[in-house]
Amino acid sequence: MNWKRATIAAACVVPLIILFGYGLTRDPKDIPSPLPGHEASPFALAVFAPGQPPLNRAPGDTVRLAELKGQVVVLNFWASWCLSCRDEHQILSETAKSYAGKPVHFLGVLYNDEPGNGTQWIEQMGGQSYPSVTDPGARTAINYGLYGVPETYFLDASGRIAYKATGPVNERLIRHVVDSLMAVAAK
Amino acid sequence: MTRLLAHDAILVSMAVVLFGIVAVPVAMRTGRRGLLPYAFAAVYTNFFLVSVAAVAMVYALVTHDFSVSYVAQVGGRATPLLFTVISLWGALEGSILFWAWVLSMYAAAVVWINSRRPGNLVPYAAATLLFVSFFFAILLVGPADPFGAVSPVPSDGPGPNPLLQNHILMAIHPPLLYLGYVGMSVPFAFAVGAMLSGEVETDDWMRITRRWTLSAWALLSAAIIAGMWWSYEVLGWGGYWAWDPVENASFLPWLTATAFLHSAMVQERRGMLRLWNLNLVVGTFLLTILGTFLTRSGIVSSVHAFTTGTIGYYFLAFIAIVMLASLALVAGNSERLRSTGRFDSAASRETVFLLNNLFLTAFMFTVLTGTLFPLVAEAIKGVKVSVGEPFFNRMSLPIVVTLLFLMGVGPALPWKAASKAELKAKLVPPAAGAGLMLVIALVAGARNVYALLAFAFAGYAAFANLREYWIGMRARRIAHGEGWGTALVRLVGGNRHRYGGYTAHLGVILVAFGIAASSTFRTEYEATIKPGETISLSGHTLRLKAMWGREEPQRSVVGATLEVMNGSMVKGTMEPRMNFYPMSQSPVPTPAVRSRFLGDLYVNLQAFRPDGSNATIRVIYEPLVPWIWFGGGVVVFGALIAIFPTGRRTDA
Repeated sequence: MNWKRATIAAACVVPLIILFGYGLTRDPKDIPSPLPGHEASPFALAVFAPGQPPLNRAPGDTVRLAELKGQVVVLNFWASWCLSCRDEHQILSETAKSYAGKPVHFLGVLYNDEPGNGTQWIEQMGGQSYPSVTDPGARTAINYGLYGVPETYFLDASGRIAYKATGPVNERLIRHVVDSLMAVAAK
Repeated sequence: MTRLLAHDAILVSMAVVLFGIVAVPVAMRTGRRGLLPYAFAAVYTNFFLVSVAAVAMVYALVTHDFSVSYVAQVGGRATPLLFTVISLWGALEGSILFWAWVLSMYAAAVVWINSRRPGNLVPYAAATLLFVSFFFAILLVGPADPFGAVSPVPSDGPGPNPLLQNHILMAIHPPLLYLGYVGMSVPFAFAVGAMLSGEVETDDWMRITRRWTLSAWALLSAAIIAGMWWSYEVLGWGGYWAWDPVENASFLPWLTATAFLHSAMVQERRGMLRLWNLNLVVGTFLLTILGTFLTRSGIVSSVHAFTTGTIGYYFLAFIAIVMLASLALVAGNSERLRSTGRFDSAASRETVFLLNNLFLTAFMFTVLTGTLFPLVAEAIKGVKVSVGEPFFNRMSLPIVVTLLFLMGVGPALPWKAASKAELKAKLVPPAAGAGLMLVIALVAGARNVYALLAFAFAGYAAFANLREYWIGMRARRIAHGEGWGTALVRLVGGNRHRYGGYTAHLGVILVAFGIAASSTFRTEYEATIKPGETISLSGHTLRLKAMWGREEPQRSVVGATLEVMNGSMVKGTMEPRMNFYPMSQSPVPTPAVRSRFLGDLYVNLQAFRPDGSNATIRVIYEPLVPWIWFGGGVVVFGALIAIFPTGRRTDA
């Protein structure tokens, strides 16, 4: 064994491995979103999936962001063709149910998909507790700077975007964000 | 059913592979060579089992079996059959499966061809390939499992990424890339095998893998060119290279492999650079794994990055093991790798090869630094930066220009030492080629120093390499009284290595001309015009005839029909299109390209009024771009000449 050579090689390789290890803890796409802290873009979208009582809305109803002022809004963009949306579906639905009666409003927004496919998907997945709306032409998605599905936007009681989650959400995250936003609103 | 069959095939293959990895050293240490045929059988069995999994995946894709997670992710009922089949490599999990398949195929082929060779080299090389296979099998049952269950079963899927179902080159570029990339595992396995078996002094590992390395190199070259072509034909920006991390990932091992092809000759001829060559082979393999890691782990931002998960950690562990183990092996064997020859003179072919190696490696380190810099910056300063084309262009141009020059000097110089008179006779005449190209470039309007140097040195190298053919043919004509054609065929046939190399040089020079001309003399113009109106650029006039739209099962297409005008005569039509996929936010363009010897007319539809009353058209004139694709073909042809078995060897 040539120890000098081995040492030099190790001196080159080990920092590189450490660098990669560090890199894995970072997300290069995670460029701080400019949206949080800003007023959420208004929308008026038609309900296609009513949800279950007590969170339900009649199909065809128009949900306006303006009328949700004073409540925390959880806006979840999804599609029936999106695989990761399956991972978070149950969590979102259950968590929304547990907040029934609180000043929190969950809303699903169907992204680039047919309402028919959406309804069928919800049925297959065992129902959704809160209503979903259609977004013709993906206009709302564009206004929110959607990068892909699923993405979830948390709006505070004053109608500002407080937090944006890219990819499937978990229950801890939803509860943490929603609870702290409700606490701020209550003050 | 399909899902479980494939999944189990991978699981069984893991057991088989593990047996092979253990059997080889046991057979060697305990002297039970009777175990070896079983170890080799493990290699074949692994190939069979991974083939079962891969074929099952293709079957699941074709039959739209959306209960398989990978099919649910990339499949779509409206997707045409060809693109359904090739979506095998369209996303992370499938590409890992494809990789494992190619690797198992290489391993089986290597063992099939070399299993009768006595000694310990081949068994250890086979065990090394099995070790790499094992890693990919772990990925396939772990973080990149394409055979996950989806329940409830969706009725349809989103289809492959629109960019990947928009051009036939997607059926060609990725397989070539994998074949080239994975092919680099073969010389690596033999290098490791040679070190493990203590046969590293014999140079046998290099002789055995020469064709494997050359083939992998040719495939990788073809893949890089095909990738450039794909990006040119599909992305609509009129360029073919953007120094994106994934492009760099394919380029890095190409650079070290190219260096190895040259320095291997120095080892064969003069018995020098043994340790260096070992390092190059190990480095090339590490770079292929590193490139895969970079693009699959999401560690650097790239347009090509796949969706990520925990796979990065697996790759990191694998890279760490392979790096440390192979470097320890090299350090452990380095004492045995004494050079038997030495450099006699600065004016010799081996010196030029040494310089070529230095510059190629420097090139590799430059590109690697640029690719990893965003990571370093974030680690040290906590800032997000991106390293763009200007860095890479500025850093690489001096290196490229020098390499072009060396490409002209190398073939002209003899081994060992050249006399002054020889130097003069060999190095002065090609200056005519340099002068000619310099004048042409100046007249055409180039003023940038590097552009002028690139043209001049490419001219120099072209002259020098062509002159070698001419000298050889003339000698044959005089000695054997052959005609020019016969002389050429016999000259090349009698010394395939050498003239294959010169042919590859000519291909690279053509590529260099194409790149230099298209980046220096490219012109473009964009305008919004109504039907009947024209748009003109550097002597080319296009008239917008009509806008049209049509529905296809998997997409809607909007196109513009433009007539290429020559005065009032119509010379031809071009139809740039925009494709709208339901699952994609932005349209995918299909630019129209009209190729002629001296350049391409490249037309892209940028925007249009829905009523068809106007269209925004970008016209780009791209000088000599077809030379890049053609040059790539010449490079591969040169490699093929060198790969073909040599009947008899004459003096090289």
